[in-house]
Amino acid sequence: MVRHKFVTVDPDKCVGCRICEYVCSQEKDKVFNPTKSRIRVVRIYPTVNASMTCRLCEDAPCVVACPRKALEQSKENGVILVNKDKCNGCGWCIEACDFGAIVLDPSKKVVAMCDLCQGNPKCVEWCPEEALELTSRDLLSQKARLGAVKKLVEASKTQS
Amino acid sequence: MQAYTGKILHVDLTTGRSKIQTFDDAFAKMYIGGTGFGIKTLLDNQKPGIDPFDPENPLIYALGAVCNTMVPCGASKFGVFAKSPASNLLGEAYSTGQWGAELRSAGYDILVIRGKAAKPKYIWIDDESMQLMDASHLWGKTAWETEETIRKDLGDEYVRVSGIGQAGENLSRIACLINDHFRAAGRTGLGAVMGSKNLKAVAVRGTYDTCVADVPKLQEFCKDLYERARGPKTSKYRTLGTAANVLAMNKQGALPTRNFQAAMFEGAEKISGEYLNERYVTKIEGCSACPMRCEHIAVVREGPFTGATARIEYEPTMAFGSNCGVDRMDAIIKSVELCDMYGLDAISAGMIIAFGMECFERGLITTQDTGGLDLRFGNAEAMVEMVRKMAFRQDIGKVLADGVRPASKAIGKGSEAFALEIKGVELTGYDIRGLKTAALGYAVSRRGADHQRHGSYGPDMDGRVDRFKAEKSRGKIVVGDEDNYAIFDSIILCKFSRGIWNGYDEIAKIYTMVTGIPYTGEEMRKTGERINNLARIYNIREGLTRSDDTVPPRVMNDPIPSGVSKGSRVTQEDLDILLDGYYEARGWTPEGVPKSEKLKELDLEGYESILAGKRK
Repeated sequence: MVRHKFVTVDPDKCVGCRICEYVCSQEKDKVFNPTKSRIRVVRIYPTVNASMTCRLCEDAPCVVACPRKALEQSKENGVILVNKDKCNGCGWCIEACDFGAIVLDPSKKVVAMCDLCQGNPKCVEWCPEEALELTSRDLLSQKARLGAVKKLVEASKTQS
Repeated sequence: MQAYTGKILHVDLTTGRSKIQTFDDAFAKMYIGGTGFGIKTLLDNQKPGIDPFDPENPLIYALGAVCNTMVPCGASKFGVFAKSPASNLLGEAYSTGQWGAELRSAGYDILVIRGKAAKPKYIWIDDESMQLMDASHLWGKTAWETEETIRKDLGDEYVRVSGIGQAGENLSRIACLINDHFRAAGRTGLGAVMGSKNLKAVAVRGTYDTCVADVPKLQEFCKDLYERARGPKTSKYRTLGTAANVLAMNKQGALPTRNFQAAMFEGAEKISGEYLNERYVTKIEGCSACPMRCEHIAVVREGPFTGATARIEYEPTMAFGSNCGVDRMDAIIKSVELCDMYGLDAISAGMIIAFGMECFERGLITTQDTGGLDLRFGNAEAMVEMVRKMAFRQDIGKVLADGVRPASKAIGKGSEAFALEIKGVELTGYDIRGLKTAALGYAVSRRGADHQRHGSYGPDMDGRVDRFKAEKSRGKIVVGDEDNYAIFDSIILCKFSRGIWNGYDEIAKIYTMVTGIPYTGEEMRKTGERINNLARIYNIREGLTRSDDTVPPRVMNDPIPSGVSKGSRVTQEDLDILLDGYYEARGWTPEGVPKSEKLKELDLEGYESILAGKRK
């Protein structure tokens, strides 16, 4: 699970341009409609911007919350699979998700979330700021660790 | 047709009723969107000659053809149109952010607001539902408070709001419309038109799809365009931002300084793009579907204006900076913040304060008029306070809030000689005395003093022409620039991205990919021409004559005193040469009236009756 990849955002780089929303709705539904996008931009004025999407939680709360057993987490890559015949759009999963990563398709009335576009997420491909990244918890902690050590080394150099 | 919703929503504030009108492919093809839709709708829906504050003056929002798609720098642009209270002629202004995309998601391309509500209201469009909501608790609030309160009241963080602050309520003729916090449909006083209707805002939320005609081709083309948008053609906007112009204009002796008493500012370094970015810019943000992003959000971290936050561009930096003789970036940021909150056009506000400062220094107004403010050039605190006084119409702010033209009439005593306006709209940040092509563009601009209808400072600045010389041939250049810009304002594409597009052919190509409507580059050019002629017809109907196509007295009489542009001015003789060349290139009479042949050529012969009596 720690190695399952998901899309994450660097809020320092995200400018809130919403290209990810347009690309996602186009890829999944062949339309431009941010309300159908599996990744949504949050802007808090004046300067906070971040795109939010599914983080492939372990023991995903959305799966647990579904009263109709319509959601299932893939063992292979960790994405949440929606059984469209079982889902009736009740929204329990939406409430259970801590990241607001689940959308209710306004026309189909079933939920949808990031499926990683067969391992090549279009939002990551198109993001002009390189603010989005396909990564895993394992890789994120590696990166943080490396960064912290590099900082320490730099600091010791300037002190000596 | 694809992408377009084909729907016009009419809202009558007097009766509270609304109706939906549809349009077809032919209308779309002829006017494209944005400025084309706006001017056409205004011309056909406004009773000729009415007062801009008459309830029957329609306030029109019009979206571009590519709105709510991934076309770069076009997803959320919209235009606003009405008879302007600043010029009594065509009022038009553009904005971006997210509001435009939301209106299309809700299912409309054009919104026409008429009438006047008995009590303060705001319009709430939630897909096909339209409601007039009570706005009595919002009246007296800033544009920012209004936006936040409406979101809270409706319980939806994705509601987008375009509305006015106190300046619009107080019918300031330079009041603007603010949307998405930092964006403004700034010029020609359209905020006052909204205020005159007892309307505080238009809130929108939409969930409908926008479908385009050719998805694979559009995606492929957009990939290329996004690359270009990250390339050298847009680097200015992405790095220092438009504020980079401060030093560039200063070097060219074209930076308006102390109400155009000079064209170079000794404090330019301290209000430069370099200085701004190093010390104040904390984040650069983007509008919907913009791969280049340009919004430089600046925050003041120390001093009397601590906490002031605004999106900073060259124009307000010039208006509140060099043109007010102020070399303090913190005061400029504070002034722009107040303009955004109160809903004032930040360009005009700075220009008017500069005019007030010159009046004060010449003793035409005193501390008695200013409420004790020492309104000298360079007094940053007084400048900030005067923004407030204009929004609330206190002291001399009462007069200044209506613009330089009415203010100079009220103050009199020869102040008309340094009233920097054209058609009642204040000048922008180019000293046109030493930019003769731009001077023509400004003189004939359909919305009054303006660089955004033509961009004809380009040939002057890049050396394609001798910028100090007036020649008839400049007419053709300005005509070409205007027609091109009319297309940008119709599609609507952000002009900051203009460098990434290879002419009309490419724009026609993307238009067809999006809408499915066949279009050629030459047809595009012709539509640009059609739109400019349509605007001329509107303006002539509202009383415009050749004598309105002019430049301010100072531009004509007072030469630039120093620097590389020293000695430059635009004489009456220069102006006549430029105008003759322009009218000729346009196919208009020497009086500036489109000829019958021209109307026919552009399929506008239906408007012949408006012009028939105006030709000599």
